[in-house]
Amino acid sequence: MTERLHPLRELVRARVVAFLREPEALFWTFGFPLVMAAALGLAFREAPTEQAVVGVERGSAGERHAAALRASPEVEVRVLPPDSAERALRRGDVAVLLAGRDTLVYRYDPAREESRAARLLADAAVQAGAGAARPVAVREDRERQPGGRYIDWVVPGILGLNLMSTGMWGIGFGLVIMRQKKQLKRLSATPMRRRDFLLAQILARLLFIAVEVPPIVVFAWLAFGVEVRGSLLALAGVVLLGAMAFAGLGLLCAARPRTIEGVSGLLNLVMLPMFVLSGVFFSAGRFPDPIQPLVQALPLTALNDAVRAIYNEGLPFAGYAGEVAILAAWMAASFVLALRMFRWQ
Amino acid sequence: MPVADATEIPVAIRCRGLHRRFGQTVAVRSLDLEVRRGECFGLLGPNGAGKTTTIEVLEGLQPPDAGEVEVLGMRWSRDAAAIRPRLGVQLQESEFPDRSTAEEVVRLFRSFYPGGPTVDQLIDFVQLGEKRRTQVRSLSGGQRQRLSVACALAGDPDVLFLDEPTTGLDPQSRRQLWDICLAFRERGGTILLTTHFMDEAERLADRVAILDHGEIIAQGTPPELIRSLGGEHVVEFSATVPLDEERLRALPDVSRVRRRGAETLLTVGEPHRSLPPLLELITAAGGELASLNTHTATLDDVFLNLTGRALRDD
Repeated sequence: MTERLHPLRELVRARVVAFLREPEALFWTFGFPLVMAAALGLAFREAPTEQAVVGVERGSAGERHAAALRASPEVEVRVLPPDSAERALRRGDVAVLLAGRDTLVYRYDPAREESRAARLLADAAVQAGAGAARPVAVREDRERQPGGRYIDWVVPGILGLNLMSTGMWGIGFGLVIMRQKKQLKRLSATPMRRRDFLLAQILARLLFIAVEVPPIVVFAWLAFGVEVRGSLLALAGVVLLGAMAFAGLGLLCAARPRTIEGVSGLLNLVMLPMFVLSGVFFSAGRFPDPIQPLVQALPLTALNDAVRAIYNEGLPFAGYAGEVAILAAWMAASFVLALRMFRWQ
Repeated sequence: MPVADATEIPVAIRCRGLHRRFGQTVAVRSLDLEVRRGECFGLLGPNGAGKTTTIEVLEGLQPPDAGEVEVLGMRWSRDAAAIRPRLGVQLQESEFPDRSTAEEVVRLFRSFYPGGPTVDQLIDFVQLGEKRRTQVRSLSGGQRQRLSVACALAGDPDVLFLDEPTTGLDPQSRRQLWDICLAFRERGGTILLTTHFMDEAERLADRVAILDHGEIIAQGTPPELIRSLGGEHVVEFSATVPLDEERLRALPDVSRVRRRGAETLLTVGEPHRSLPPLLELITAAGGELASLNTHTATLDDVFLNLTGRALRDD
């Protein structure tokens, strides 16, 4: 009996086996994103219903309106003595402070969104309490849009972040350790095709993705009711593409370094800007226009936008084709470059 | 077996004027080497002599700074893809993945080669049958080294490169590995071996090149090299009185006199002819023999004779 062994399949198998037999790596890959999703979900789930905290300085013009403020369900009132009122505002314990001797004064930091909102709510309560007329009749519809909550928005971001970090750390560390132990040198002394080896690293990643991503999606759905509005198949496709793009970047980062310290620095250098700029925890649109082309070209921005287009908005392919093109370009460019630059010893 | 073409010179590895430097340090200096097909060739030398650099240049893992390398009649610069599948390489200090089993490692390496023995045959050949499902991290040093040789043999190579294959192994593991090497050579394989153990070179190598400071200082079969000392035996002694070197050299059958610390080493043809006159000489000088030891000359003595240093520092 002669069995035919395919180098690509054997290389993928070796990579998967090495990973599955390493219990710590398993936890960081599969446990960590769940812990993070749970923590963020708990932190932000109640955010929209929170009351604005309004401080009132004792003995000031503000104290006259305390009763009107208390009548508003959207406001929590704290009456404070003058010395501690100042401190509470500075520390952010109260979002706005009502003060002033004769004229009512709103003291707040306009740069803080929370303070601006609290000022508007406090003012509305004060004016209503004083009998202000409302010339325009309005009715409020407070039903929350499914898919429009912060948790709905942040779960795709966590998904993207997780694809980036597990892909790049996993591949980057793995390869540098193989280089240090001279395993790469040993492999380069065989007729193994170098392309097969690098491709195997990426393919092994795709297998991990298959077990790494579904728990996050299912958990977000069960725990917070976050639903995928678009096609699951499309989501799977974009996730795989994203995983391959980051696997490619991981290969590129690991192409030269000889030490763990070296590759760690490089990985952080690449990932940290995306962590901040790519709309994981807050919208990438907040950054100024001049740097938007850069922000939009980052692979994590493209991945997050594409995942959100499917997850939150249920858009068809045309809605995220540009992002898919960006991801594909990152993947191809980083793979080709890694293949050329790769140091085997 | 087809008869080899008369014009074909049965040379497996040839290099001329090989030069390799790392920064200011010259690792290998204008080295010429010729390894014939079917022989086991040993590169013998102390640590830092340039053995690993030489073997890695020949393996195509390092480029030479100058000089020509030919392996199986081909050149690395042009025919790397044709040479690779015909070589088996065992590196010094290379490790296999901790959590892979012996069988998985062999399977992986076997998959890179177009032809060769089956995985089972390879595992049996290096006597790892009982350990096939054991993870690399649980294998002993000797078992890992045999696993490494199994991987080197995965493509049924024409030439096997072994870089310090038995360093750090216990005597039994060393003998086991030697038997595997001899079995490979028995089947017509060519071996290039580096070692700093003279007994390993004497046991395995048909021919030996002695390397020191990046240069070959002697070359030949082990018996030839030992004969070049001018005698087959070494008498090591120390006396309570100083003895004149000229008078020692004049003793019957003594071909060489060397000193190592308090010891004096005489290279002699036959100890029973040289010893009585030596004792008389010491007595005449009013001294006594403090220590005496004789042994058959080895490659260690050859190295000591050529460099004034021992092959190993222990």
